[in-house]
Amino acid sequence: MAALVRLETRLSRLREEYFLKNRSVDEDRKIVYKAAVKIQSWFRGCRVRAYLRYLNKMAISIQKWWRGYQSRRYFRKMIKIQKRWRGYYVRKYTHNYYALKKYLEAISLNNEIVRNELQEYAEMNEKKKKKKDLEKKEKEKKYKARKMHYLLSTEQIAGIYNSPFRKFPDPMELLLRQSKPLSHRQQQPKSPFTYDLYDWPTCKRPPAFPTGEPLPPIGRQKPQGPFRDAAEVLRQRYKPLEPTLRVAASISSPLEKAREEMKREEWRKCIHDNEFLPFSSYHKNEKYELSIHASEKIGKETYGIKHFREVQPNKWIAGKDFQTVLPSIVLFEKFGKTYSKAGQIV
Amino acid sequence: MSQRQVLQVFEQYQRARTHFVQAVAELSARPQNIGTLRDAGVISLLRPLLLDVVPTIQQTAALALGRLAYFNDDLAEAVVKEDILPQLVCSLSEQNRFYKKAAAFVLRAVGKHSPQLAQAIVECGALEALVICLEDFDPGVKEGAAWALGYIARHNSELSQAVVDAGAVPLLVLCIQEPEIALKRIAASTLSDISKHSPELAQTVVDAGAIAYLAQMILNPDAKLKCQVLSALSQIAKHSVDLAELVVEAEIFPVVLTCMKDSDEYVKKNGATLIREIAKHSPELSQFIVNAGGVAAVIDCIGSCKGTVRLPGIMMLGYVAAHSENLSMAVIVSKGIPPLCTCLLEEHEDHIKAAAAWALGQIGRHTPEHARAVAETNVLGTLLSMYMDIRSSEDLQLKAKRALKNILQKCTYLPALEPLLHDAPPNIMKHIVGQFSKVLPHDSKARRLFVTSGGLKKVQEIKAEPGSLLQEYINTINNCYPEEVVRYYSPGYSEMLLERVENYQPVL
Repeated sequence: MAALVRLETRLSRLREEYFLKNRSVDEDRKIVYKAAVKIQSWFRGCRVRAYLRYLNKMAISIQKWWRGYQSRRYFRKMIKIQKRWRGYYVRKYTHNYYALKKYLEAISLNNEIVRNELQEYAEMNEKKKKKKDLEKKEKEKKYKARKMHYLLSTEQIAGIYNSPFRKFPDPMELLLRQSKPLSHRQQQPKSPFTYDLYDWPTCKRPPAFPTGEPLPPIGRQKPQGPFRDAAEVLRQRYKPLEPTLRVAASISSPLEKAREEMKREEWRKCIHDNEFLPFSSYHKNEKYELSIHASEKIGKETYGIKHFREVQPNKWIAGKDFQTVLPSIVLFEKFGKTYSKAGQIV
Repeated sequence: MSQRQVLQVFEQYQRARTHFVQAVAELSARPQNIGTLRDAGVISLLRPLLLDVVPTIQQTAALALGRLAYFNDDLAEAVVKEDILPQLVCSLSEQNRFYKKAAAFVLRAVGKHSPQLAQAIVECGALEALVICLEDFDPGVKEGAAWALGYIARHNSELSQAVVDAGAVPLLVLCIQEPEIALKRIAASTLSDISKHSPELAQTVVDAGAIAYLAQMILNPDAKLKCQVLSALSQIAKHSVDLAELVVEAEIFPVVLTCMKDSDEYVKKNGATLIREIAKHSPELSQFIVNAGGVAAVIDCIGSCKGTVRLPGIMMLGYVAAHSENLSMAVIVSKGIPPLCTCLLEEHEDHIKAAAAWALGQIGRHTPEHARAVAETNVLGTLLSMYMDIRSSEDLQLKAKRALKNILQKCTYLPALEPLLHDAPPNIMKHIVGQFSKVLPHDSKARRLFVTSGGLKKVQEIKAEPGSLLQEYINTINNCYPEEVVRYYSPGYSEMLLERVENYQPVL
């Protein structure tokens, strides 16, 4: 019952409440509806977008795959061309077999040439050395022959190199004949290069220890240097005069020259030195000298023509003249008188 | 009268001094007297005579000191300790040429023994005085000064730098142009000693224009001069590619090749050294040398010499062959391998054998063609025996092993490999067997030959760990043959057959 009373009291308000509720709901309905629509549309949009994305991805991957395949096919064709090109290039230029072969052949040829040339060079050097040695030996032989010149054989006695039992004389004999004997002049002593430390071939003589030189006086003042080389000084001192033309031309005038000429002529022509004297008194007491031709006997002089000696017969011991008798040299007596073949050369 | 007596006393004294100094100089020429002289205190007696009034006594005293110091380094140290060097240096600038020569001789004799003594010489200011002597007119003085500088610069690079800083190099280059042969020799040797230490010093020598003159002097007929000149050029060329190219640009080829045919051994050695120093830097330089016929000349030189003279030639061939396979083929074509093989067999010194082994390895390592050319001369057996020999030095063993490995890895020439199967140690064996396993599957004749020569039997006897490379190779080889054959040759087969005979039940 109480509930009913409550309900009746609320009844009057019921219509209003119901109306108000419906109105509010109606008013809200639009908003709610719109909100619902919005939410749904957003959600549908998400779904569709997700689907689209998915589709997109699928399309992309298919395209990717397809394009890759296309390029790979293309690439394989490319590779074939590049393969052939690269092989050709390498074989022709980089690792050219035939060029390498030719190069190696050229190298062996070149080596042969070089070897030949070097061989020639070595042979030439050896020849030169041998020649030098031979020349040295020849020189020694000739020097020995000159020293032993006394062993030369003569006409009478055979030398040791010219035995009479041989057909031909020894070559040493011929060498002895050609050589000039050595004079007794002292040979220059060889420079005694015993100093092994002084291994300086620019030093032509060993440094001289002047043992024989006199020592300088003690109180002597040190000479002031620097001195010029002695040869230079001598050269300057004795330099011949090279006069200029003005100097070379004589100072004297032509008059003086002519006078000198005259004097020379006079001197040349002068026969005797006697002065001219007044002839009347000079020759007064002169003794007359006979000439040679007049002072001897009449006729030709036999001296100088017929005889050359002055003869004094009172001094003669015997009446005979000199006889030409030479003392004998025993060896020379035998010459031409013995019959041996010594000294005879075929 | 008294004045005369007084003067006579002085004259006697002078005569006595002269006699003493000459006698000491002559005695010091013989090494056996040096000990006695030293004990008699000769240095302190000679020291005041260096300042004597009479020039002859001074010169003879300096000569005697030089000889004493030359033979014995104790005496050289004594010379330094007694402060003789500053006096010498002062008088170097003043006196006549005989004294200068003697003083330069003393400095050379002291400086030759050790770097410390040379440093002492430098510290007392001798370098400037020596460089002034280099400008003197007399060639003997120049020679003495240049020789002293050379001995000082020889020890290490600081001393060389000191010599260069004193301004010696342009004067030395002028000395080389002088007509006297001895002076040229010594100047060339000094330049060689200066430039050997470092590239900067070599560059200094090159900047003074030395290379052109040195290159001209290669044509000189004097053997010792050629030695020094070639040594100087090789010391310059050894430092870097640029210096080597500069030396080559001076047109030394093909003139240098005539030096390889000279009658003097050391000229040949130095010529080969020069070519080696040039060839080692780059393939282009080696190519140039090969084109000029240098390889043929060096090979002839190796063939005609014996001993250490061959060593630079062998190394040169190795360097040339190492650069590229074309150059290696050029060496083979020029008949380079037989002399190297004879070197390996004939030489007694281990380092020459090691160099020959290394060179052969460089030649053969490029391609199978190269390896075949090396293997055909049957040198692989020699290399193996050298590697296994206990008496060979470590260096020789190492080089022989490396050469063997390098050649074996490319060698397909089976007749040369077979003898090696029998003696080789395991680490070499794996290469040999590996090569067989590469060749046999493809060549039936080789397979037959392998069987008939006993190689297959040997391979079966090799014990290898399962799973190792050697075992794989052995398996590959075994797979080339039918089973019965492999079983026939496996060890213990005859016992197995006999056992089967024993266990067999006869069929009645």
